[in-house]
Amino acid sequence: MSSEEKQPLLEIKDLYKEYDKKMVLNDIQLQINKGEVIVVLGPSGCGKSTLLRCLNGLEPIQGGEIKLRGKSLSGKDVDWQKIRQHIGMVFQNYDLFPNMTVIENILLGPIKVQKRDKNQVLMQAKELLDRVGLLDRIDAYPRQLSGGQKQRIAIVRALCMNPEIMLFDEVTASLDPEMVREVLEVILGLAKQGMTMIIVTHEMAFAQAVADRIVFLDAGNICEIAEPQEFFTDPKTERAKQFLNIFQY
Amino acid sequence: MSINWDFIINSIPLYEKAAWLTLKLAFWGILISLVIGLICSVIQYFKIRILRSIVGAYIELSRNTPLLIQLYFLYFGLTKLGLTLSENTCAIIGLSFLGGSYMSEAFRGGIEAVSKSQIESGLSLGLSKIQLARYVILPQAFSFSISSIGANCIFLLKETSIVGAIAILDLMNVTKDLIGMYYQTFESLLMLVIAYLIILLPMSFLLTWLERKVRYAEFGN
Ligand SMILES: Nc1ncnc2c1ncn2[C@@H]1O[C@H](COP(=O)(O)OP(=O)(O)O)[C@@H](O)[C@H]1O
Ligand SMILES: [Mg+2]
Repeated sequence: MSSEEKQPLLEIKDLYKEYDKKMVLNDIQLQINKGEVIVVLGPSGCGKSTLLRCLNGLEPIQGGEIKLRGKSLSGKDVDWQKIRQHIGMVFQNYDLFPNMTVIENILLGPIKVQKRDKNQVLMQAKELLDRVGLLDRIDAYPRQLSGGQKQRIAIVRALCMNPEIMLFDEVTASLDPEMVREVLEVILGLAKQGMTMIIVTHEMAFAQAVADRIVFLDAGNICEIAEPQEFFTDPKTERAKQFLNIFQY
Repeated sequence: MSINWDFIINSIPLYEKAAWLTLKLAFWGILISLVIGLICSVIQYFKIRILRSIVGAYIELSRNTPLLIQLYFLYFGLTKLGLTLSENTCAIIGLSFLGGSYMSEAFRGGIEAVSKSQIESGLSLGLSKIQLARYVILPQAFSFSISSIGANCIFLLKETSIVGAIAILDLMNVTKDLIGMYYQTFESLLMLVIAYLIILLPMSFLLTWLERKVRYAEFGN
């Protein structure tokens, strides 16, 4: 391995974040290598969403540092608009733009932001849509799609920017149970292709299947980082044990 | 009392001409109102310093003075300062000055209704603030505010009945003239009502249709 490949893709050091003087994330240390899949677990309100939002600049941080390919994302002169093109994000509430068709949603970023060639992006978009089984909905409006379809489109929209890392924030949490699978399978497919990802989810079986490492977050602190097998069978901390017990049903 | 049909038929060309004038004034008034409203709401959205205060002052001034007074000021007041504008120009400026603030408030309501997650979704694609406004916020805001915009259009159309105050031969003044000359009060007023209905009803239908067309944003995204 060359030294460049050894450098973590994303590096979080001493991250501290507060809302109105209230600590939300504290002393977060995490390194993510290229091709690695991190699943973040933790009880509701522990700061999972906030962590992801800090990583693409939707929330400012009050301490520590985030580095992408060794370049710091802290400080005033950071061009988040540029960085966000390398960090794809999919949210819990399917946030396709309702005023645009599926393909318009997908092309917006690559064409208006990245100024790429329309035909080339269109080809890529069609290929990705085909892969998630939605090529026939290319001209549909979001309101004509099911929740699961919308989330798959949202994933394609993010992928079409050719991001280096994808962030998923509970993307199946608002879905009807029968649609959860179709979305998770898309994410599993991405993992197989070597996409670097940070995934927040409450789907434990999925977490175990997809993760290279589990990060367990509690009250804004990382309690435990472990391989999935180890985390699910033999969690080290009391908090993690309690948390996993809730999912025993 | 019997209706004087001859009089009504003979007055049709006069009313037709006045109706077109009313429509023309309303058209320009509404169009410019929309532009002013859009600009003001964008300035408020981007919180542009100084301009923002000017917009705030304009909206207060515009909403808290009657159109009649605004027209008198433009037509009689400015003449005293040596600036003479034609009656029609005054009417259009007056309507736009009034309508601009109403449209701005309608747009502002629509902009505020665009959800935070839509905005973050756009930001996470790397859109700039301007791109975000153009492709995400404004189209959705427009869809949210279309019913108030429609109500404002009807409001402005009705307000045209005031421009007669500055000697424009609009529907109102034609009616007054005819009553003054021929004493056919009932017939003249009937024609006035009909003329306004002929203008307003299609407008109303058009707006309802438009409203249904652009309501996409409200159907659970
Ligand atoms: N915009 C905000 N303003 C103030 N507090 C917030 C805001 N967003 C989240 N919080 C608080 O930060 C904490 C972490 O929230 P969040 O990251 O959404 O948790 P999770 O995604 O793990 O459920 C919670 O206590 C929440 O109430
Ligand atoms: Mg969350």
